[in-house]
Amino acid sequence: MMVGGRDLLSRTRRLYLPLAAFIVLMLFPFYWMLITSIKPNRELYSAKIMPLIVHQPTLKHYIDLLWETNFLTWTYNTMLVAVVTTLVSVVIGTMIAYPLARMNFPGAAIVAIGIAATYLVPQPLLFIPMSDIINRLELGNTLTAVMLTYPTLLIPFSAWLLMGYFKSVPRELEEAARIDGASRFQAMARIVLPLCTPGLLSAGIFCFTLAQNEFLYALIFLAKSEVRTVPIGVVTELIRGDVFYWGQLMAGALLGSVPVAIIYSFFVDYYVAGLTAGAVKN
Amino acid sequence: MAVGPATLARPAPAAGRPVTLRGLLEREGVFSWLMLAPGVLFLLAFVAYPFFYGIFLSLQDRRVATEGVFVGLANFRTLIHDAVFWQVTGNTLKYVAVTTVLKLTGGLAMALVVNQRFRGRNVVRAALLLPFIVPTALSTVAWMWILDPTFSVVNWLLVHGGLISSGFSWLGNASLAMWSLIVVNTWRGMPFYGITLLAGLQTISPDLYEAAAIDGASTVQRFLYVTLPVIKPVLIIVTMFSVIFTFGDFQLIYALTHGGPANATHVFSTWAFDIGMSAGLLGMGAAVALAILPALVVLIVGLTIYLRRE
Repeated sequence: MMVGGRDLLSRTRRLYLPLAAFIVLMLFPFYWMLITSIKPNRELYSAKIMPLIVHQPTLKHYIDLLWETNFLTWTYNTMLVAVVTTLVSVVIGTMIAYPLARMNFPGAAIVAIGIAATYLVPQPLLFIPMSDIINRLELGNTLTAVMLTYPTLLIPFSAWLLMGYFKSVPRELEEAARIDGASRFQAMARIVLPLCTPGLLSAGIFCFTLAQNEFLYALIFLAKSEVRTVPIGVVTELIRGDVFYWGQLMAGALLGSVPVAIIYSFFVDYYVAGLTAGAVKN
Repeated sequence: MAVGPATLARPAPAAGRPVTLRGLLEREGVFSWLMLAPGVLFLLAFVAYPFFYGIFLSLQDRRVATEGVFVGLANFRTLIHDAVFWQVTGNTLKYVAVTTVLKLTGGLAMALVVNQRFRGRNVVRAALLLPFIVPTALSTVAWMWILDPTFSVVNWLLVHGGLISSGFSWLGNASLAMWSLIVVNTWRGMPFYGITLLAGLQTISPDLYEAAAIDGASTVQRFLYVTLPVIKPVLIIVTMFSVIFTFGDFQLIYALTHGGPANATHVFSTWAFDIGMSAGLLGMGAAVALAILPALVVLIVGLTIYLRRE
């Protein structure tokens, strides 16, 4: 398996070239977002100027985005919704996963199957009835509408992911605590949950990125600019008819991606653990 | 076994002591159901209820802000005689099938490449996953500009590379638009396959490869007889998940083409949105959305059976 320096040609062919191809393919759209957002309109809408680099960078699109649109409001809404729904979903996900992973009780099997099913039911199956329900609750154009509906996507995932972590804590630890007089709740809060911190972090980061990514419910429920989230605001308001404000659009797309990218870069290992556990473990 | 410690630690109330709240809470069944209740009630109210309510809606002629009229299976009858319905079915199947094949092969290649030893591997892995974590609607906006009819950078490269004389309308031409969507979905989803399959590859012991190499196995043989059998379960589960989620894909198509031109890229979710939300025909929209249910049930049952057997 080891490849020595002598075989540079083979290593180039098997590693460097395909790796470079993957990196270029995967990252080019982000590069394109960045340079478009700092190009002056003169360069953006000219067929003659070489488009792959920026000749005279400008921050005009960013300034316009922040001052002339509701982008900051959308960012605030997105963060608020993502933080609230993540916290709620991890707490409720924990409350579902803990008994399923560690207790014997009547109805456990049915609940477990139900959670798996709700995880796999795709949103397009639910959004039309959901819109009617939200209308009847008179929650249209409120952030409450999305705070109420996002957890339907996040709780089953968190529960699914956390069950694996909770199962991995040895029963003896918990039993020892209970013999010392700890209640079931105390054993959970002081023994099992602290040992599952990586799982809780994984679930939290995953929920946060999913909440930032959500589009369909936000599109349906949030029709007023002041309550919109970043993806909806960018797609519905920055694209204006046939006249495109590409610089501003790209600035919005880029800034809108930054919170997720930052959180992700700090916790990439937890994210990958959540990804593989959610899809790979059962 | 799990009941034992609880009764040992807490004397049963029958021993002359009154039933205390604490004693009750220590019972496994009571504790479990108290913990489960909020989440289960919430999911019943906001997943199970909408699901069945959707079936109910699909049997009605129901327009937004009016009372519904029960029409039985009339909506479904209308649909099977509608040419657009069959076009949308074809679009959905093509979208799911082609992207799955591309994501699977591309993702497997990505995993095999990144699984080699090199400096900075963790950084590369993190970077390659970016398309998957960035909000889809936002990265799709970048693709709209990449595929712009007038200023497409792809066209610029092709024209200046001397491959074509004038640019394509990537999103305006009916057959090209579907392929554009397929490319963008593949771009977004391939890292998911790549990174999860990489995790599967990393569970393979190097001893296995050495043994195979000693036995004279070629690279291809090592892949077919060592790598593939070990990652097969991961491969199948990842693919099933991805297929289920691709069936439900909405935002990428909505943002990039809105289902156009002339329904050429409508899938069930975007068409249901147009009918149910834009046109306000809730009953018909719900019927369209339900059209993915049979395929979904087959996939979910298949996945469940596979997971049970593993």
